[in-house]
Amino acid sequence: MNELTADNLHLWRGEHHVLRGVSFELHGGQCLQVTGANGAGKTTLLRALCALVPLESGQVRWRGRDVAADRGAFHAQLDYLGHDNALKADLTAVENLRFAARLKRRLNPAEITAALERTGVADSGSSLLRRLSAGQRRRVALARLLLTGGALWVLDEPGSNLDQRGQALLAELIEAHLSTGGAAVVATHQALALPAPKLLPLALQ
Amino acid sequence: MSWVWFHRFGSPPHFYRLSRRLVPWFAWSALVVCVAGLIDGLVFAPPDFRQGDGYRIIFVHVPAALLSLQVYVVMAASAAIGLIWRMKVAHAVAASCATLGASFTVVALGTGMLWGKPMWGAYWAWDPRLTSELLLLFLYLGYMGLRSGFDDTARADRASAVLAIVGVVNVPIIHYSVVWWNSLHQGSTLIGAGGIAVPSMWVPLVTMIVGFELYFIALLLIRTRGEILRRERNAHWIAEALGAPPPTAPAYGGASGHPAAHRPAVQRG
Amino acid sequence: MTADGGKSEAVASQAPASEAPRSLAGAAFAVMQRDLRLALRRSGDTLQPLGFFVIVTTLFPLALQPDLSLLRDIAPAALWVGALLASLLALDLLFREDAQDGTLEQLALCGLPFTGLLAAKTAVHWLLTGLPLVVIAPLIATALGAPATAVPAIVAALLLGTVALSLIGAVGAGLTMGMKRNGSLMALLVLPLAVPVLIFGAQATALAIAGEPIAAPLYLLGAMAVLAVTLAPWAVAAAVRIGLE
Repeated sequence: MNELTADNLHLWRGEHHVLRGVSFELHGGQCLQVTGANGAGKTTLLRALCALVPLESGQVRWRGRDVAADRGAFHAQLDYLGHDNALKADLTAVENLRFAARLKRRLNPAEITAALERTGVADSGSSLLRRLSAGQRRRVALARLLLTGGALWVLDEPGSNLDQRGQALLAELIEAHLSTGGAAVVATHQALALPAPKLLPLALQ
Repeated sequence: MSWVWFHRFGSPPHFYRLSRRLVPWFAWSALVVCVAGLIDGLVFAPPDFRQGDGYRIIFVHVPAALLSLQVYVVMAASAAIGLIWRMKVAHAVAASCATLGASFTVVALGTGMLWGKPMWGAYWAWDPRLTSELLLLFLYLGYMGLRSGFDDTARADRASAVLAIVGVVNVPIIHYSVVWWNSLHQGSTLIGAGGIAVPSMWVPLVTMIVGFELYFIALLLIRTRGEILRRERNAHWIAEALGAPPPTAPAYGGASGHPAAHRPAVQRG
Repeated sequence: MTADGGKSEAVASQAPASEAPRSLAGAAFAVMQRDLRLALRRSGDTLQPLGFFVIVTTLFPLALQPDLSLLRDIAPAALWVGALLASLLALDLLFREDAQDGTLEQLALCGLPFTGLLAAKTAVHWLLTGLPLVVIAPLIATALGAPATAVPAIVAALLLGTVALSLIGAVGAGLTMGMKRNGSLMALLVLPLAVPVLIFGAQATALAIAGEPIAAPLYLLGAMAVLAVTLAPWAVAAAVRIGLE
């Protein structure tokens, strides 16, 4: 049901042919692990999958339907976490999460607290984000994923700034998401601690 | 059925070949018509009873001003076509229009100022037409500045298309507001009452306008070809068109229809 | 390690994977609320355009003479050039920070009409940077020699004018979003488009000071504000999407 298909994607960034015929078929419960050297195009691929960057040719399909045809419906089921945390430094963690989730669905305060607890930053809920460390901010960003409830997670280097326990937490969160039938696309340098059948590797040159 | 030629025209190799054949026609006819118009206007048309011979500059000024505005509309229209139908040739045309339009605007301003000196005694007197032309020049400069701010040609095309569309909607508003502003203060106008009623003045003017149009089309075709050459320089069809050995750089796919998979970058799990 | 697994399940299962009740109005309201809260916390930044407006309009008398009858003649120019430049300065606050910390693309990715959300942002931006100019205008106008009877008309004209300027400026801000901080390209893009607002606004102010009826320029200003509200959001959304690529 939750299926993401990429069909011969081509994309140029100026002169540079970044995506050269990328194709894959990702099913619900699977995680596409995108690897490659710096500059190989991991971020570009992820943003193209989110329909943020237009493709030169090729098609991305979510649940069988072309993503470009109905971006709104696709985005409603998508959660994207880029290099930056997409959080405002002058708001508290709770305020940030309340806003981010509000764009997708209505929430009650207990859910926000639960999400912060799950990612281990429950104590920092009422602190302004600029007072938190980079690792704590990343955890707050991960808490957002728990709240917005998208079927597809697209994560760009989610483990950056996270310590070992943070990496383990990340793996747990992804696994929990996959076990509910969700799909994930993760660009990462580090190996993901996920069981092999759930992992679909994609190496970009 | 008529849409077929529209899309064929939008294909870079087709446009490149077609324009090579068309350029000489437009260039030569532009030369002939302009020379004829100039001779008629400068030699045969009678002097104006108020301005003497000084008015003859309108044979250059009016066509230039007319074209400066028309080129902006062409630029906006082709940019819109490029944006909506994702047609590369349309974007190349829009890019080529910018400098051409700006040049026409500068010529219009320059000739307007040269005309202003004998008319009002000053080179610049905030005449509404000239002030509008000046603002049009700023619009062109803004367009060119925006284009140069993007490294990626495709993004530059799209962003400048948005600007051109916003601009073209505003051009009549700006012009009207400037005319209104000027009328409040009894400023002078270049082509006021008693304009050009005499056929012997009117004929060379129209001839010059036609000549300028032909000149514009010829230049546009030449510039657009150069623009296409620059954008598609890594494509296969360029080599065939120029009779050169094929490029060694990774092939560029795009609208010319040769999708390239240089090295397989996919690993199915 | 997985002791919290139960809780994570609970959180995850509460979040439905597909359509959930939400509306553009609710999200737009949330955007406005957030932007207002942020502006309050960084009030220094938010008040800068207002300060700039006051300083610029002060420069005119200093450059001329403190003669009120003379200043009265240039008051329309000073007010409107000042408002235009202050609006330009304020545009930096609109998208730049959100583009840098990634929150702007989350608005593009939430599945709701991007045009509406950006319109909400622009509305708050006007509330924070345009409306203060309108509020302080009576003071400035009087300081420049305008009679008290002219003030309501001046306020009305500035109200309409600043709305149009905010929207036109938003297009320029969206187009130059990713570029270096050098604001002169944005000024080059925005100022020619803002000329009609300047002309009609200054004329309305001059007529008001002279005690004559101002219906004509005021209607034209209103028409431009309406045109801006109708057309600008599309252009802003298109421009910002290109900037986010």
